[in-house]
Amino acid sequence: MKRAGFTSVWLPVALLLPQLSIIAIFFYWPAGWAVQSSFYLQDPFGFGSTFVGFENYTDLTANSEYMRIAWFTVVFTVLVTFFSLSIALLLAVKADKVIRGAKSYRTLLMWVYAVAPPVAGFMGIMLFHQHTGPMTDFFKALGWDYKILVDYNSTATAFIIVSVWKQIPVNFIFFLSGLQSIPRAVREAAMIDNRSGVRRFWDITFPLLAPTGFFLLIINITYALFDTFGIIDTLVKGEPGNNPMTLVYKVYMDGFRGNDLGGSSAQSVILMVLVLVLTVFQFRLIERRIHYS
Amino acid sequence: MARSQTRKPFKWAPVFDHTILILGALFMLVPVVLAFVTSSHSAVQIAREGIMFVPGSHLGENYSKAMFEKGGFTATIDGMVMLKNSLILGLGFALGKIIISMLAAYALVYFRLRFATFAFWIIFTTLLLPLEVRILPSYEAIQRLDLANTYTGLIVPLIASATGTFFFRQFFRSVPEELAEAARIDGAGPVKFFIDILVPLSQTMIAAIFIIMFVFGWNQYLWPTLITTDEGLFTLVRGIKQIYQTMIDANSIPEYGQALALAIIAMLPPVLIVIFFQSWFVKGLTESDK
Amino acid sequence: MAQVTLNGVGKTYPNGFEAVKPSSFDIADGEFVVLVGPSGCGKSTLLRMVAGLEDITAGSLNIGDREVNDVDPADRDVAMVFQNYALYPHMTVRKNIGYGLKNRGTSAAEIEAKVQDAAKMLDLSALLDRKPSQLSGGQRQRVAMGRAVVRDPALFLFDEPLSNLDAKLRNQMRIEIKALQRRLGVTSIYVTHDQVEAMTMADRIIVLNGGEIEQIGTPAEIYHNPASKFVASFMGAPPMNLIDAQLENGEIRMNGSTVLTAPSDQAYAGPVTMGIRPEDVVIDEAGSTPFTIEIVEELGAHRLLHGRLAGHAFTVHVGKESLANAGEVRLQIKPDAIRLFQPETGKAI
Ligand SMILES: Nc1ncnc2c1ncn2[C@@H]1O[C@H](COP(=O)(O)OP(=O)(O)O)[C@@H](O)[C@H]1O
Ligand SMILES: [Mg+2]
Repeated sequence: MKRAGFTSVWLPVALLLPQLSIIAIFFYWPAGWAVQSSFYLQDPFGFGSTFVGFENYTDLTANSEYMRIAWFTVVFTVLVTFFSLSIALLLAVKADKVIRGAKSYRTLLMWVYAVAPPVAGFMGIMLFHQHTGPMTDFFKALGWDYKILVDYNSTATAFIIVSVWKQIPVNFIFFLSGLQSIPRAVREAAMIDNRSGVRRFWDITFPLLAPTGFFLLIINITYALFDTFGIIDTLVKGEPGNNPMTLVYKVYMDGFRGNDLGGSSAQSVILMVLVLVLTVFQFRLIERRIHYS
Repeated sequence: MARSQTRKPFKWAPVFDHTILILGALFMLVPVVLAFVTSSHSAVQIAREGIMFVPGSHLGENYSKAMFEKGGFTATIDGMVMLKNSLILGLGFALGKIIISMLAAYALVYFRLRFATFAFWIIFTTLLLPLEVRILPSYEAIQRLDLANTYTGLIVPLIASATGTFFFRQFFRSVPEELAEAARIDGAGPVKFFIDILVPLSQTMIAAIFIIMFVFGWNQYLWPTLITTDEGLFTLVRGIKQIYQTMIDANSIPEYGQALALAIIAMLPPVLIVIFFQSWFVKGLTESDK
Repeated sequence: MAQVTLNGVGKTYPNGFEAVKPSSFDIADGEFVVLVGPSGCGKSTLLRMVAGLEDITAGSLNIGDREVNDVDPADRDVAMVFQNYALYPHMTVRKNIGYGLKNRGTSAAEIEAKVQDAAKMLDLSALLDRKPSQLSGGQRQRVAMGRAVVRDPALFLFDEPLSNLDAKLRNQMRIEIKALQRRLGVTSIYVTHDQVEAMTMADRIIVLNGGEIEQIGTPAEIYHNPASKFVASFMGAPPMNLIDAQLENGEIRMNGSTVLTAPSDQAYAGPVTMGIRPEDVVIDEAGSTPFTIEIVEELGAHRLLHGRLAGHAFTVHVGKESLANAGEVRLQIKPDAIRLFQPETGKAI
């Protein structure tokens, strides 16, 4: 609220109306509906449903396949987050340092942001192709009998590499902008205080980047959980079979292929809670972030 | 001691830095370059040899077929139609989002509203849940509203999150108080102030958000896949998979060349926008989170 | 502690811009030298070359007996205070001050003792556990000073360290820094664009203009015998009055009519620029030179009379007891108050 707020009554209501009605119809209604149907068991033929309480949830935790997918999602998220953050950090530090060609590097390292995940996945299909993919040849040369879509780990590796590739630009952009917002004089003061570039990085630069890093951590976790859907769906060509998949993919499979409304809704609700927890965590970190500047 | 020109010992650090950056740039670039090179080969050749490392002779053929040859189950859709749909989705989403969120942010920041805090939380809770976690119920909602296979059903639910509103709210709050006060003294009402002062002031912000939203809309996949079963509404991103799958289903050699051509075309507009409006885009991205 | 020797030190930036022309001077052990000049004249560049933050592209630089052109900043044994203080935002005051020592392998106990000493000296003892964001501008400035002092370096470098403070605090810190430097006896180079700071703090002033040294000298020398029109107009507030005139046979003519007696022994003849400090002029009814007062600037302890002398803008500085009305007066200008410069080159004659 600004000090000199306008006092009209109907105008702000009219201004808020489009946003509020879209949210009501396409957010609150569906979300509420999901919560509700997660407590019901849908008749397979679509005639009515029975209230089953938490059964859909307990079924899930007892379901070993679901737990396996949940575990894969955790591993996948950790690896994608770790690799895309650390590669991007390394590149950002170097791009921030060089003088010659700095702009070209920046462009070359960020444009992939605009590539759609399924398009990335499609290129993955070609690169990791079981018979003709150069990545397959590469892994075979390393002595690994790489077989995408046949071998669980092979498929998982392709998921991770493509997902990391697609996520590096965002992290790179944020890290670079974080680095550039460190005052030049602070770095120079550090140069006078410390000869070792590596030590300077860990003592000064890295702590000053920590707020950006925490923020990106959340962004990357969200990305790995949700935005990789297009990559996974393309790589498995819509037929996951025994291949690894993430929780969101499972929601989709159960809801749209398996017609298990209750189970799928319960899974949605679990994901909602997960995101909620992450966001609360993020808000607490943002408070710290403001502290530095 | 007197020297006019200083001799410097050769420094290895920059060489190392550039090496890493070049490797990084290649890592990002090579897959797309290979996809482009491969898209210039015939389907038979790609099916046999996979990714190609030297350009072939089918470039024009693949791209013109991808763009102009009717395909799909119903043989009514070509690349041009998908391109049109992608543009409608990208532009519609970006414009809709900007207009709706600017209005809402304006109401929240510049008016004395009794239910302002409530409205704020109603709106910002939506930041918490991406569409992916509520696809199934959203799909149900669209079915009940009979909006499946319409542009409205495609675009509007995507707008139902507050990223833009949040962004503009932050920006409006950073606009000096004195501006609104001066405008009031000059006799400008709320509508005039918005149009004459706030919107022009927000130009850069609007441009930045527009680029991000356009790319976001253009690249949508899951939602279009669910909501458009009518091939006439397919977007490029949605269509690549379709072409690829119909090929598999037809038990013939997959039209890899065409599909790759389509993939290249699908990434071209957003990539070019991001490259050419780089500074706006980076600004929008890094400032939207504060 | 150390003396500093610059031998033809110059800087050409990679874009080809020569920010500092090859310059040579010595700074004695324990001396406080101020580099002064307008914004963009290359002061910071020169200082940063001494610090090792910019490559030296010409000449050689010695600190003590050692040539340091290729020595890392951390190994030059210098400490620097930056304009924006450059405090590490994530470290407490204690850590900020101690960081440079820690990297030099000083023991924790010794660091703590030295930090305490420095904090006491700078009145920071109560603030040691705060982060920079919890300090006022003046306190931050002190922390920056503490960071330099605690290291006990061979050379202090200051880059406009007071320009972010308000006027009152600036005056106070000016005195404190000078006193501190006296006490520690550390050789110092201090960069500023503020000629008052230069005059009050320096043992010696180096006036820089367009990347070139205009003059080196004590504050008194610089003030009374400026080597060029630039120095004359840059140092002193209000600046020296500069008037174009003709010098012939020991007489200075302005606009053909008004005549002044030239300083003794002038063999030169021709066009000159005449410089007169505003306070070197006395209002005297018996004076020979008419002066029209147009505006009186009241400054409390004294007054500035702005007006016209032989058609040229001219300022006179008088004590508060002197009259202060617009109108015609006569001035007495002693020959030895007059400085003469070549109009084209600007150099003193
Ligand atoms: N990295 C650089 N590349 C090119 N020119 C520069 C660079 N840094 C400073 N300059 C130029 O060098 C001149 C001197 O700069 P500086 O030493 O910072 O001046 P100041 O006397 O105000 O401290 C200025 O004209 C500035 O524009
Ligand atoms: Mg400077």
